[in-house]
This record gives sequence, structure tokens and C-alpha cells, in this order.
Amino acid sequence: MAAGNRVVDVRRPGALIPLPLPSAEDRRLRDPRRSDVDEWGRSEHMRSLARTLYGPLYRNWFRAEWEGLENIPREGGALLVANHAAAIPSDAPVIMHGIEEELGRPVYGLADYIFKAMPVVGTLWSRVGGVPAHPENAYRLLREQGELVLVFPEGSKGPGKTYAERYRLSRFGRGGFVEIAMRAGVPVVPIAVVGAEESMPILLKSNALAKLMNIPYFPITANMLLFGPLLGTLVYLPAKFKLRVLDPVLFDVPPNQERYSKSRIMDEAESIRVSLQETLYEMLRTRRSVWFG
Amino acid sequence: MSRRVLVTGLGTFWGGRMAQALERDPDIDIIVGLDTTEPTIPLERTEYVRADQSYSILARIVKATQVDTIVHTFLVVDSTRMSGRSLHEINVIGTMNLLAAASAADTSVRQLVVKSSSLVYGSSYLDPVWFREEVGRSRPPRTRVERSLLEVEGYLRDFADDNPHVVVTLLRFANVLGTDIVTPISTWLDRGLAPAILGFDPLLQFVEEDDVVRALEFVATNQVPGTYNVAGDGRLPWSEVAAISGARTVPLPPVLTGLVAGPINRFGILDLPPEVLDLLRYGRGVDNRRLKEAGFDYRYTSAGAVENFARASRLRHTVGDSRPGYRYERDVEAFFRHSPAVTRTPQ
Repeated sequence: MAAGNRVVDVRRPGALIPLPLPSAEDRRLRDPRRSDVDEWGRSEHMRSLARTLYGPLYRNWFRAEWEGLENIPREGGALLVANHAAAIPSDAPVIMHGIEEELGRPVYGLADYIFKAMPVVGTLWSRVGGVPAHPENAYRLLREQGELVLVFPEGSKGPGKTYAERYRLSRFGRGGFVEIAMRAGVPVVPIAVVGAEESMPILLKSNALAKLMNIPYFPITANMLLFGPLLGTLVYLPAKFKLRVLDPVLFDVPPNQERYSKSRIMDEAESIRVSLQETLYEMLRTRRSVWFG
Repeated sequence: MSRRVLVTGLGTFWGGRMAQALERDPDIDIIVGLDTTEPTIPLERTEYVRADQSYSILARIVKATQVDTIVHTFLVVDSTRMSGRSLHEINVIGTMNLLAAASAADTSVRQLVVKSSSLVYGSSYLDPVWFREEVGRSRPPRTRVERSLLEVEGYLRDFADDNPHVVVTLLRFANVLGTDIVTPISTWLDRGLAPAILGFDPLLQFVEEDDVVRALEFVATNQVPGTYNVAGDGRLPWSEVAAISGARTVPLPPVLTGLVAGPINRFGILDLPPEVLDLLRYGRGVDNRRLKEAGFDYRYTSAGAVENFARASRLRHTVGDSRPGYRYERDVEAFFRHSPAVTRTPQ
């Protein structure tokens, strides 16, 4: 009896009942998925449900009107940036729904991580198309998958401002969105949104409560005063939405660099902020009514 | 080129599997296996050496056997297996001794393969959807096993810098499922239970156990230096993993989860180590493209690994454990390897 001659099934040592080995082709292709949740946590099923539910709100409540949609590329990646407002921001769904309806292109909304940490909300949010705002995520979406990505450079400072400061853009962070667009080699497309500020205006903020609840701001909104504390967090005021897409901003730098000039990034971010701010003032000059546009 | 390989952790699942895979390779002359416990699977020509937990004997073995390759599979990534102290002893001190042996003056070692885990990335709400190898974890480690693996990787980076003549490969494996491997997750699913944190349905990623062994073998034979993630394609929600495995979801509260998990752990109802609880909340994904670019082909996707596990689990439930027990008998093994009475066919 020679030790070297014993046949050992190395795949499954000593198996008495051999499991059938999948064929080579089977093995490579087989991906027995049951749900339609993709790598980003999106589910087309959930998204179409959300579109059906949100459609009437978009059309009849906010009555969104677009200008300059031709500035959004029909294919390839682009980073959409917009001003951000309302205690529970109403602008993100309007922009995402609007572009998907008008152009038939999905939009991936980058948002604060805090959503991901919330039970139920985080899961639902990622199922309908939200992605945590991580530079790695943005790069992959923009550069490798050529998708439209929406980001609000103001972060939570935008929706966290009171009604008295409405339509005044806060600082655009450290310009991270410009750096991502440079690295991914895609244009930045600014979108000016009018209407969100009045849909859920913040009258007062409580820093103590926010700190206690570990959230960026704790608002007392006009909606809460009108409809009560519970319903007030769900019902928006029927402000008329107007959105204007500005000319795409292209940066004349090579993509995939290790590092980009910080001063250049800050300059570009500031110039985008200024042009968005000026467009907002321009749109407000011609607006006759908050509710009818 | 004939090669001499040392496998650490021979008595563990991965060490044994790796030695079996290496035995099939005729280019590999000598396989030495080191562990604190005896091998649990039959091996043909691997020489087993018993060592203490921290591998203090290693330098002598390396010198005596003149191995050119060390495959370090003995990193504990499942914290339910042992106390934190032994885990530290094995992972950190063991690896330090191993690296010391491999970097001794006039050492014969030219290649080092280390099996780490995607646990080094952690699992947090600040994470990217996919971790590339260069991207660090989002929050500092909280669990002992994660800290020890990060320490090990740090030592390994220093070793690679100091020893440019050694090909160092670090593999980070995603959660493993397969026919035979036993992990906390496989144990839950095997018992038809899937603990889930209410309100969360994280995306998980798996790698099939055969792909793990194949990946180790691939880097050991192809000499690819660097750090690589090893994980099946795609991510799938935990609820779907439970559905494929036919497991029922056991809800855990989203707040004070640790407090509820404590007694469940304590009374041995389910193993719920803290690093796995984080995973059930936020999931984890690693980018597996770098190893593919190096030429490795996966045989299973993440969902495929889950399905393969579910099939094996169903068979186990029907016919019981189909594998005959194996016990290492020192005299018998020594007889087959060294007795002049045994006719050895040339490799």
C-alpha cells in the first residue's frame, strides 16, 4: 500500500456522498439572486413604487418647472450640484424625480452618512437611490459607471438655516465636490432651486435638543405650528418649485491625479457658488408669488 | 523549480486545506505544517510539527528546513473561537515571531503569504460601498480581533519594506461560506436562524471556501506581491441571504443591541460577537478587481457562495455529517512518511 496512491478528494475530504460539481460554465455565471437590490442598495421595484407615489406630489403639489435641462448630459457621468433647503429637504426628491422623468436617466443622490445610521430610514433611502457621500462612491459612480450624481455642497448647513437666511448659500465645504469631479474627469452642472426654502421653513432651532439627539439641527418649522408636531414633519407647504440648470463647468485638468491644487479647488468651488447665488437672486427677482411662481 | 513550503495553522480549517492543495503540486518538494493542534484532515506528505501558540520554535524550523515560502494561514478572525488573550498571542505575537524568523540573517525565505480578513476595514455608517485595498477603515477599531489584525498588517508592511527580496502577499478575505467551514454566520444559518437588527438590511459580501483555498494557492504559486481583497462578485441584502438559506429572521432591537446580544451570547443561544453585530447593521463590501486583474478567476459570486452553503447545509440536515472522522495518529503518519517498508511512488 503506497501512500502516494491513495486517492483523496481534495475538494471535499472523505465525502461519502459526493455533491455534483457545477460545470465550468455554470460556476462562472451562476448568480442565484432573489431580490433586485443592486450593489448600491437600490431596488428598481422600490424605485418604481416610490416614483408612483411621489409623481402626484411632484406634479400637483410642487408643480416643478425646469429650465435649461439641455445642460444635463444625456450620457456619461456628471456631478449635479444644487442649493439645499427645507428642514427635511424637499429639493433632493424633486431634482432626482424630475431628471428621471424628463431625461429618463437615473440620478444617484449623495447624502449625509447620518441617514445610513438610522433604522428603516437608512434602508428605505438606499433602496430608492441614496448613496452615502463618500469620495470612493462618487468616483465609482461618475468615472466607472458614468452616472449622474447629485450632491449638495452646503451639506447640512443648507437645510439647517432659518427662514430669515433663505436663499443665502452657505460655504461650499472645502470644495470636495470639485476635487471629485476633477478626479473623475466629469463636468459639474449647477442647478438653482427656488421653492424648497418655503416648503418647510425653519423658524427656530434648538442646539441643545440637536446635541441631545445627536442630529445636525433640531428645527421648529412653520409646518409644525400649522399642522402640529407630528403631521408637521410630514406635510410640506405647497411652494411652487422652479429649477434652472446652469451651464456645465468643465475643469481643464487631467483625471485620476493623486492630488489637485487646493487653491484651484477652492477658487472653482467659490465661482460655482457665486454663479448659483446670482442665479438664485435673478430667479427671485422675477418671482411674483411663493405659491404660484 | 522545486520549492519548500511552510504552512502555519495546519490544524485549522485553512491550514489543512492549503496543505492538501499544495500536496497536489508536483513542483512543491517539501511541505512543513506547524500548529498547536494536530491536523484534522488526512494529509499525504505534509510534515506536521507541533508548536506553542506564539510560534517561538519557528526560527529553528525555518533554519532547519530551509523553506523558501511561508503561508501564514494561522490568523484567527473568528473571535468566538477563543479568549481575547489567546487571540492576541496567536495573531500578534505569533506573526511577530514568524516575521522575525523570516527576516533573520541568511534566511532562505523568499515568499510570504498571509491570510488576513476584510475585518480590517471594519463596518460603519461612514464606509464606502466598496473598499479598495488602499482605503483605510472609517472608524478606529473597537474589537480585539480587528485591532490584532490591524497590528499584524502593520508589522507585515514594515517587514515588506525592510525585506525587498521577499515577495509579500497579503490577502483580505470577505466573510466565508462554504460546504465545510464553520463561522458564526454559518452556524446561525445552519440552525435556520438569521439574527437581524430591526430596520437594517445591510448588503453583505461572501467568498466561497474553495475560492479561498484557490486564491491562497494562486498567490503562493504565481508570486504576486501586494495586498488583495478576496471576495465574490456582488453584494446581497442579509434578508436575501436568509431567504436563500431558508433561515428565519430573529429581530434584535436597533438600540441597546449589545445589551440584548449579551445574554444571547452568554447562554450560548447564538454567537453574536461585536464585529458581526456591526456587520448586521452596516454591511461591508470590498473591491475584488485587483486580484482578478492579477489573473485569478472566481468560481462563485457572493450569492453563489450562499447558495452553495445552503445546499450543503440541507444535505447535512438530511443525512448528518457525511464525512468520516479523522484522527491524527503520530505513529501511523510517521510510518507512511518515513518507513523504508512503504514504497513511495515518485512525484
